[in-house]
Amino acid sequence: MTILMYVFLGIGALFNGLGAVALHRFPDVYTRLHGATKCTTFGSIFSILAVVVYGAARGGPLGMSMVIRALLALVFLLLTNPTGSHALARAAHRAGIKPFRAVVDRLEEVGK
Amino acid sequence: MRRVAEVAATFALAFLVYLILTAFSGEVGLWSWEELIGGAALSFLVALASSRLLWERGGWRLLNPVRFATFLVYLVGPFLLAMAKANLDVAYRVITGRINPGIVRFNPGLKTDAGRTLLANSITLTPGTLTLEVDDATGDFYVHWINVSNVDPKPEDVCGSFPKWARVVAE
Repeated sequence: MTILMYVFLGIGALFNGLGAVALHRFPDVYTRLHGATKCTTFGSIFSILAVVVYGAARGGPLGMSMVIRALLALVFLLLTNPTGSHALARAAHRAGIKPFRAVVDRLEEVGK
Repeated sequence: MRRVAEVAATFALAFLVYLILTAFSGEVGLWSWEELIGGAALSFLVALASSRLLWERGGWRLLNPVRFATFLVYLVGPFLLAMAKANLDVAYRVITGRINPGIVRFNPGLKTDAGRTLLANSITLTPGTLTLEVDDATGDFYVHWINVSNVDPKPEDVCGSFPKWARVVAE
């Protein structure tokens, strides 16, 4: 159980770290959103799974409430994260920020 | 009558989430009296405030348990697999810096709000693709794609089997 927990924590930290690297390496707001919101979601899923494993191993009312609350946090993360990144990207496009080095921009063509 | 049903259904859903959140807190079953009373009061306020919006455009169909079951299958099966694959792909792009971004348009042919929301959120959660806009009238999706392989893609090129699943789960 402890080993599984550390594996989950490791994967989580790895992808969260990649998200931070992506924030520096990518050229514009849209590509940065890919790295900063998506890699970190995947990393956070594994961090939360580590908490679930810890709670299940601990057992008792306290451990079980940890499991349930961590899973609920996961559900809300999966619901709110795409909504938030969509809102940021759409706002950026409406504010007139052009995607860097884009090969095609259909949204600009229809003028919205 | 319809209004009462709307408020009651919203209250039930909000209270259910509150009960799950506060499970293992006390002696009445799994809950304490404080949590039950406080949760009921809060759920009622939430129901009054948001019931009109929640069921306005065809929300009732989503209460079908078969849809919930298919949704769970979709979530732990094809979706998680696609998300893991896409994460590794984006991780590779982060390290090498090989990107070819662009905003593409495609039409997955979804008719309902729920189906479109499910597909748009699935696309956004998958790294490498990000939904910018959905045209309400035509159902066109505008997606920022980090590695454009085709400037006029079919839905399958961008998001694989997601549209099929969205149709089964929500339409």
